[in-house]
Amino acid sequence: MLDPKTIRKDFPMYRNQLQMQGKPLIWLDNASTTFKPDCVLEAITRYYTHETSNSHRGDYDLCYHVDQEILQARKDVAKFIHASSENEIVFTSGTTSSINLVAYGYGGIVLQPGDEILIDEAEHASNVLPWYIIAKQKGAKVKFIPLTKEGRLTVENLRKSLTRKTKIVSLAQVTNVLGYLLPVKEFAKIIHEAGAVFVVDGAQSVPHMKIDVQDLDCDFLSWSGHKMLGPTGIGVLYGKYELLEKMDPYLVGGGMNQKFDIHGDYSFYLPPARFEAGTINIEGIYGLHAAVKYLEGIGMDQIQAHERELKAYAVQKLKESGNAVLYNENGETGILTFNIKDVFAQDAATFLNSRGIACRSGQHCAKILNDFLGTPATVRASFYLYTSKEDIDALADAVKHGKDFLDAYF
Amino acid sequence: MPTFELTPMMMREIIMDHYSSPRHKGVPSSLEGYDVLHASSTNCIDDFDVYLQVKDGKVLDARWEGVACTISSASTDILCDRVIGGDYQSSLYIIQQYLNMIEEKPYDDSVLDEALVFMNTGKQAARIHCATMGWTTMREMLEKDEKEGK
Repeated sequence: MLDPKTIRKDFPMYRNQLQMQGKPLIWLDNASTTFKPDCVLEAITRYYTHETSNSHRGDYDLCYHVDQEILQARKDVAKFIHASSENEIVFTSGTTSSINLVAYGYGGIVLQPGDEILIDEAEHASNVLPWYIIAKQKGAKVKFIPLTKEGRLTVENLRKSLTRKTKIVSLAQVTNVLGYLLPVKEFAKIIHEAGAVFVVDGAQSVPHMKIDVQDLDCDFLSWSGHKMLGPTGIGVLYGKYELLEKMDPYLVGGGMNQKFDIHGDYSFYLPPARFEAGTINIEGIYGLHAAVKYLEGIGMDQIQAHERELKAYAVQKLKESGNAVLYNENGETGILTFNIKDVFAQDAATFLNSRGIACRSGQHCAKILNDFLGTPATVRASFYLYTSKEDIDALADAVKHGKDFLDAYF
Repeated sequence: MPTFELTPMMMREIIMDHYSSPRHKGVPSSLEGYDVLHASSTNCIDDFDVYLQVKDGKVLDARWEGVACTISSASTDILCDRVIGGDYQSSLYIIQQYLNMIEEKPYDDSVLDEALVFMNTGKQAARIHCATMGWTTMREMLEKDEKEGK
């Protein structure tokens, strides 16, 4: 296991000994966002205190330096997921904008009336709604791959759902409510044999495990910086270069066009610049770059193993509390979805707040899934490299006393 | 002041009682004469409809139906108790006093009765909208009805 005590020294949110409701803050909402280490904050500040200038816009040293920094970030991000070239890395504002870009930029050019897009009921809104919209525009259909009773996708159900009309399959590598890990490589093979393209939502996977896009053979991969110790407002779309080359930009403007004239003629740069119109989030790229290096320094395999151990521990402790309903006991990642017995999820989260514990209640943006789970809402605890067993002990103790949930108000 | 003194134990019991056995939950058997307004928030799961029946300026009935947390359920149910039988003026006055209480401003506690159990909601700032959703929705309906001279 990693040593959270040592790791926390790098994080001001821990060093500052923050309190919530007069209790030491216990942060168990890492699936929504994560704390930032000093190196990330320093990188962002460095851009503003020593290196401010716009990218590809000037002929002077500062600007050259920023361009070099962005290029290096792109290279290091490519290396982080083992992409074959930095030109396959598009900087976006986050997972949502990455998936929207694929839906409009790729879906917009390949989808024909009657074509099918496959998703499933466990997907986040950002991997549902862009497909609804583009399907409506193109006369295509969004279909759902059935989940097993446990809420998982299986190869059998994928095979049954693929048809000759399937053009795109878009699935989360790790779902944000249940935290199940999808066998992406196996899925990619089947999806490609069916002639479709595989879009992977990596928002809950890339921050937590080693990723090799060449080995997985997915066609697109999206994720957000802020869920992996980086700043908000920066994310990545990885795409195979031959697919990116085909795509239309979703936003047009400065920094992405080669030329345009008064006759309405124009041409765009090659990817990734084609998809980065306007001044990009430079401080975000600096911060994301630092986060990638920090995570690599710790080791993605170690982080994944740490979270798995915490998950197993949490399952055991919550079961021992005798007062929890667990929804994803067998999930392979650091996401635990539960309810306190006979307590509405939102009330449970308020009660946890009164004990200083930050957990998320709700439908977790996968609104269709809750019909499947048979409960309008759940509580989600999600772990990361700095989460400790003591955090989980505090959670289990709170769950044990769940019937006192109205104490939060008195 | 209320005619009784509220202890935390009583407050808990009143909230739980209105949550587990709500008096005014459920869609009216006939919607004739009822206005309906949806209450929901981007901040929470609460998602319900408020039903209001007004005739000649008098509130004949108030109900609600949907998914809501304890605070939201109990506060909306108690709201219905408070406005039924009243007129625009008295109902809107009660709602304003309640919202003042939640926002920790001066308020007239003589009209709130059981709604006083929510006086501590400010302790859980994230739940303030839960305690007020039903009330602000009802206010909107009453104001509209009053304007239309219903």
